[in-house]
Amino acid sequence: MEPRIGVYICHCGSNIAGTVDCEDVARFAQGLEGVVIARDYKFMCSEPGQDLIKQDIRELGVNRVVVASCSPTMHEPTFRRACQEAGLNPYFFEMANIREHCSWVTEDRAKATQKAMALVSAAVRRVYYHQSLESREVDINPNTLVVGGGIAGIQAALKVADSGHRVYLVERSSSIGGHMAQLDKTFPTLDCSACILTPKMTLVGSHPYIELLTYSEIEEIAGYVGNFKVKIRKKARYVDWSKCTGCGRCQELCPTIVSNEFEVGLGKRKAIYKPFAQAVPNKVVIDAENCRHLKGLAEGKDVCRLCQRGIEKKGVPGCEVGAIDFTQQDEVVEVEVGAIIVTTGFHLFDPTPIHQYGYGRLDNVITSMEFERMVNSAGPTGGHVLLKDGTEPESVALIHCVGSRDEQYHKYCSRVCCMYSMKFAHLLKEHTSADVYEFYIDIRSFGKGYEEFYNRILEEGTVFFRGKPAEITDVAETPQEEGKLIVQFEDTLVGRQRRVPVDMVVLSCGLEPQPDSETVARLFNISRSADGFFLEKHPKLDPVATMTDGIFIAGCCQSPKDIPDTVAQASAAAAEALAMISRGKVEIEAATAVINEHLCTGCQVCMANCPYSAIAFDEEKGVCQVNEALCKGCGVCVGGCPGDAVSLNHYTNEQLLAQMEGALV
Amino acid sequence: MKDYAFYPGCSAESTGRGYGLSVQAVAGSLEIQLIELEDWNCCGSTPYGSLNELEAMVVAARNLALAEKTGLDLVTPCSSCYVTLKKANLHLQDHPRLMAMVNEALAVAGLEYHGKVSVRHIVEVLTDDITPGLITEKIKRRLEGLKVAPYYGCQLVRPQYGFDDAELPGSLDSLIECLGAEAVPYPVKARCCGGSLILSEEDLALGLINKLLKSAADNGAHCLATPCPLCQTNLDAYQGKVNSKFKTGYNLPVFFITQLIGLALGLDDKSLGLDTNIVSPRDVLTQLAGVKSGT
Amino acid sequence: MRNFVDEVAATPGGEHVLSCIQCGTCTGSCPVADSMEYPPRKIIAMVRAGMRDEVLSSNSMWFCLSCYLCTVRCPRGVKPTELAHALESLAVRQGYRVSGTVTPALYHSFVNSIKRNGRVHEFGMMVRFYLSVIPYLISRPLSTIKMLPVGWSLWRHRRLPLMPHKVKEKGKLPEILQKFSEIRGSC
Repeated sequence: MEPRIGVYICHCGSNIAGTVDCEDVARFAQGLEGVVIARDYKFMCSEPGQDLIKQDIRELGVNRVVVASCSPTMHEPTFRRACQEAGLNPYFFEMANIREHCSWVTEDRAKATQKAMALVSAAVRRVYYHQSLESREVDINPNTLVVGGGIAGIQAALKVADSGHRVYLVERSSSIGGHMAQLDKTFPTLDCSACILTPKMTLVGSHPYIELLTYSEIEEIAGYVGNFKVKIRKKARYVDWSKCTGCGRCQELCPTIVSNEFEVGLGKRKAIYKPFAQAVPNKVVIDAENCRHLKGLAEGKDVCRLCQRGIEKKGVPGCEVGAIDFTQQDEVVEVEVGAIIVTTGFHLFDPTPIHQYGYGRLDNVITSMEFERMVNSAGPTGGHVLLKDGTEPESVALIHCVGSRDEQYHKYCSRVCCMYSMKFAHLLKEHTSADVYEFYIDIRSFGKGYEEFYNRILEEGTVFFRGKPAEITDVAETPQEEGKLIVQFEDTLVGRQRRVPVDMVVLSCGLEPQPDSETVARLFNISRSADGFFLEKHPKLDPVATMTDGIFIAGCCQSPKDIPDTVAQASAAAAEALAMISRGKVEIEAATAVINEHLCTGCQVCMANCPYSAIAFDEEKGVCQVNEALCKGCGVCVGGCPGDAVSLNHYTNEQLLAQMEGALV
Repeated sequence: MKDYAFYPGCSAESTGRGYGLSVQAVAGSLEIQLIELEDWNCCGSTPYGSLNELEAMVVAARNLALAEKTGLDLVTPCSSCYVTLKKANLHLQDHPRLMAMVNEALAVAGLEYHGKVSVRHIVEVLTDDITPGLITEKIKRRLEGLKVAPYYGCQLVRPQYGFDDAELPGSLDSLIECLGAEAVPYPVKARCCGGSLILSEEDLALGLINKLLKSAADNGAHCLATPCPLCQTNLDAYQGKVNSKFKTGYNLPVFFITQLIGLALGLDDKSLGLDTNIVSPRDVLTQLAGVKSGT
Repeated sequence: MRNFVDEVAATPGGEHVLSCIQCGTCTGSCPVADSMEYPPRKIIAMVRAGMRDEVLSSNSMWFCLSCYLCTVRCPRGVKPTELAHALESLAVRQGYRVSGTVTPALYHSFVNSIKRNGRVHEFGMMVRFYLSVIPYLISRPLSTIKMLPVGWSLWRHRRLPLMPHKVKEKGKLPEILQKFSEIRGSC
């Protein structure tokens, strides 16, 4: 079939036409060999734009289509579909990126137009050699994996499971709940966090379609959208959870006391523990790093085991269901899922490097999470706000933007700190009779009910100073400052430097990505944006999908946000996963590798190099063969074959060489 | 024996005489050679940059060009010279067109600068090149029982050029401790003494000096040690004025850090310029001598 | 220059003036903020408001001690210390008179000493400075008289040589600076 090429130059409004002379490029394209029609149009991806293509296929017998517009990641599927609807195999389509690769990277009109012509010429020469290909459809595994058991993971898991599809919810610590379980009241409604969270946690724990794997981590992920194979390591907890009733007797018996991470270092736990009383699952784990018996085993000693033995002398029994099992090992299980939702949450910024704020050096300078635990009635101080010496503060300073909006730490705004700082002010007025001062640069109370909350806090008597504190010091300059922490700042609305002595300083620390986010990103094969959070496919139009099909992100692991937005994103991710699952099938790129059996010598270099284990050796024929279902079209085998026996559909040598020559106009 | 090109700074033979003398005195014992830059000119410091920022760069660049000819690192004991020369150096390296203009002017004196010099402070050299460990090995007597407030001043650690911490530095503390003395906690260790404004805004500067002396006294210091000639002059020569204005009774000798190191190395008072210190260090030295004799 | 902000942004040291979010960390850190006519943050706001005369005739930047606390703490990388010096430079170049401080006279004496000797002759500089601000000295007679003991003390301790050290040919600085202003003038 003689190629009859149709070329379409998109203006993309002024995105392309503002820099590239589209009419000129269209005129140029018309003169290229094989081109029967070349047009330029304002928005090729719109319906009238697509209709131009379809019309030309039907009426002018166009059988090869080139669209010069944006990136293929944006609209290659759109135009391929348009071709298909007009009866043309979608692989007879080629896209030239004259936006992201051309009009968006220069302001020089002459150079941009010239480059656009080169890109179009390359596409035209290439499309000449395109072949018709059939894309495959594979079944989608209806299971979903949710990674991270905070509120985002809990919400996503429930939404998917409620549809009757199975969910594996994996959480690193021994209980789900995440940071939300650590909070006291939540803004702007001042709902008690545990009261709204624990019902959801209980639902997860008892849901027939959710398999909860806590104290577990993802070890390995293989496969592709609809067909992921995931290895999960269930860490040894040295307690048989099928027997453990969560009675807590062992916790009382254990003699080892260590700092409790859930209480952010303000409280203690034992080596055998539940992170908090409402843990789901309601089971204990043994912390091998601190357990005396487990440490003793390494030296061949048999010590302690009080949790198991009890105190024989006093007739106090140990675990009455015999759940303690010091022989337990890590267990690796493998599950198969079709969609993965990553909800690994955030890490609180550590303000130690900000020397001028004195965290870690001055008593009574604390972080926001430390304050949350302190003011929580179930926390280490029983809900009392206390100074190091056990007395109540008479004045408290709340400092905004610690580690956020700061070139030296994190440039971004952490979105929730203004609101939670104001929440702290309210709680301080509720729990104490202290004077409360908020030090801010801007008040960001953007959400539903948020500005009204700000008004309420103002009326309750908290004093707001507009000025980012320069330093917190204990060096007094007047008698009134003796024994106090002094906040030195500029009251910018008054225009003067001032010093305010207080008893306690709470640093509103920002939210940052988890410390292992790089490792996790690599594990899931997703990208991160410049600030280190996981990268969404499109910030406005596709905020919960990633560039890796089948893997979604939700909550603070994508960017700092409050609970309403987190829950909304989690539901969105669940919806996207369910959309995939209910379709039942997913289309796989037809650009797979093909081995010419006549040329293959059976050296198996391709097999050794294939990252997807998609090539197998046929003993009988003595040649290698590609499993199309597994092949991702990466091309490693093509490059590696010493005999040039492998070619890649839709990326043949012929096509690529033509493309290169076409670019050299 | 490591060689350095040495830029003493204008105060080294006048208000900073004690520093100029003690730096050269300890250099010999610490196996470094400080070779004075020939016919160096004033770096310009803050005042020149304030009157004419580009001309100030030329003035600084002449010294950089002279230093480049030696092929050695350029070391200065004066914090202000350090910041001025370093800033000019970095700015010229980043702005080739300006460098070309400056070189066209320097050519009149047969000089040219290519951006190859590394500007360093003597404290940086003592800490990073020589190291406190080596100093401890070389000292002849430990300054046991001496409580010193380590006063860094501002420009040794700010702006941040990668040496020490901008808010709570520790290099001087280490240098003091390696001599066997005690570096007392000193929260205002890197705060401003008032600098050259002691001459034009005296009351303001005296207030700042008072805060520094008060904190040192409150923390039990017997004396202060500093790496900046202007800071030393302010704290030392004006201590009397602080006492009369604020009705305080400070009697805190202010050593240059190299004077303290020299004492520990067993060098004599004269070569360390200890007679130039205005608040007399006599009592402190007597106390030290008492320690040495085992009482 | 279109306006004052552009002029400042084009001066070395003033490049980042547009990045300021007016948080006040600079003023909060400044040891002499209370003495300035306008504190540092406000000066930046005034620059952006195009208040050329008010800014360049203010005494604010002349109080800057170059302690750089503002610079290391500014969350936007504005470098207020360098900005202060840039504004001083502009004020001098455009002939603004500053009231409320004699620091400009001090700086002039300092620079003149360099031009005369190649280095700063501290004693000479101080004498010439005081002579140039006699009205100021007369306005505070007691403090002025109390300067004498300090000077005497410094001289007695060999820290105030009466004669300058002259650099050979002043290091050819006058010729170098002359050539530089010619090059600059032709830009």
